[in-house]
Amino acid sequence: MSTRIVSISPAFEDLMPNEYKELVENGPYGKDYKVTDLGKYKELIEEHPLCAGCGLALSLRLVLGSLPSPEDTVIVGSTGCSALVFPQVGLHNVHSLFGNQNAVASGIKRALSLRFPDQVKDVVVVAGDGATADIGLDMVMQSWFRREKIATIMLDNEAYANTGGQESGMSMEGTVMNMAPKGKVFPKADLPKVAEASGCAYVAAASPSRPGKLGKVVRRAILIAREVGPTYVQLLSPCPTNFKTKPSDTVVTIKTREKEKSFKQYEYISDDARSFLSALDEGKQSEGKKSEGKQP
Amino acid sequence: MEPHRYKVVSGPEGFLPPAAASMGVALPEQGEGLIEGARVPAASALEEAATRLVNAKHPTFFPGPLILWNWKDGIAEKAQALKDLADTLGAKIIPMPDYRPKYPMINPEIEVNPNHPNLTIWHNKIDVCVFIGVHCHYANMALKIIRGGTDCCTIALCAEAGHEDAVISLRDFALADLHALTAAVNRLKARG
Repeated sequence: MSTRIVSISPAFEDLMPNEYKELVENGPYGKDYKVTDLGKYKELIEEHPLCAGCGLALSLRLVLGSLPSPEDTVIVGSTGCSALVFPQVGLHNVHSLFGNQNAVASGIKRALSLRFPDQVKDVVVVAGDGATADIGLDMVMQSWFRREKIATIMLDNEAYANTGGQESGMSMEGTVMNMAPKGKVFPKADLPKVAEASGCAYVAAASPSRPGKLGKVVRRAILIAREVGPTYVQLLSPCPTNFKTKPSDTVVTIKTREKEKSFKQYEYISDDARSFLSALDEGKQSEGKKSEGKQP
Repeated sequence: MEPHRYKVVSGPEGFLPPAAASMGVALPEQGEGLIEGARVPAASALEEAATRLVNAKHPTFFPGPLILWNWKDGIAEKAQALKDLADTLGAKIIPMPDYRPKYPMINPEIEVNPNHPNLTIWHNKIDVCVFIGVHCHYANMALKIIRGGTDCCTIALCAEAGHEDAVISLRDFALADLHALTAAVNRLKARG
């Protein structure tokens, strides 16, 4: 635990802008907040320059609200819409060259393990579908092959959204966009299956239409990555700007996709990861019983 | 004939001033400091910093994350010593808690950001500013922006290797050096 890095030097307590005092006093550092606690504390991201109704912004808010130890987390991002948000986040984050995010994250994770051998440090990659499934697929898969203990979260808006709208490997077949006028001629890549076959201990597909589920899979991915091996979470995060939907309909868009069966929630847990989660649950239960016993 | 030496002086030097390092200004060695880009004994640089601070109309300290946050042993003492120095001078302290860009805009009254330090300097009419506890890469950028767009004298009290882009720079700046600077300020003030 290194909440010390978010404590203010006593001499400067009265000089710090309120925003920072609030983060220290009422932020998520050192607390075990979950998605259901959002709105009750000072969040790690409150302002961002993304478009109205951006599914990615919504996913990101939920991801940040699901981190088990934000004070001990390093987010590694890559080029894309999400890169516009990270400079605003009250969390350690590193922007990597387009597609290099999993290689950079591997290095950071290894360096942190050497520098802080007795502490848990979570390294979480958060990148778009272009960086994860196309340009960075080499680095992403190699990190999985090497069984790097990092969590990879793809914010899947199914397009290169901030460069005018080009199709990505994750776009649906037939997708027509500003810069893909003929429509995509091959199907959406099944990256969860690729992750599973590449050695990920935990793989999930979720979306912000079900915040509780999203929070659960993100936490699982991070906790399993600590102890077992690489994990992958794919979050469908529709882009109202490029797909010309109403900003207020982002969640509706996801639910429609679920009904159409062109998107489905998915979870794969390896045997090792399952044992780890069971042990975690048992630990929690016995802890709960202990604290119950302490109550008057 | 003595070759032309680039002098790091208060600006405004204009949009995109050159990095002092690219103009031949070298970092000070141990026991040295920089005054206007020239390597001098650290004691001379400290005395010059004290003189500029005492003579300033609106001296202001810009403490960065490395001193604002109590992240390791010894920081709280250094922070208190800086606060004491500012009180001795009657100087303002405007913090730089992190390097996140501020939207929709920064409040220059209460904070400074390396991406637009000139706003804070213009708004508060700062004529001498002191960087301390600011990570080197951000300090370098902010010092250049200040030299480019304002007439503010910059002083960098760096715990590492110093800063070529500051008008006055000290390196390996520790708690004892802060006390020494406060003592120099007191001495100069007493002299009147």
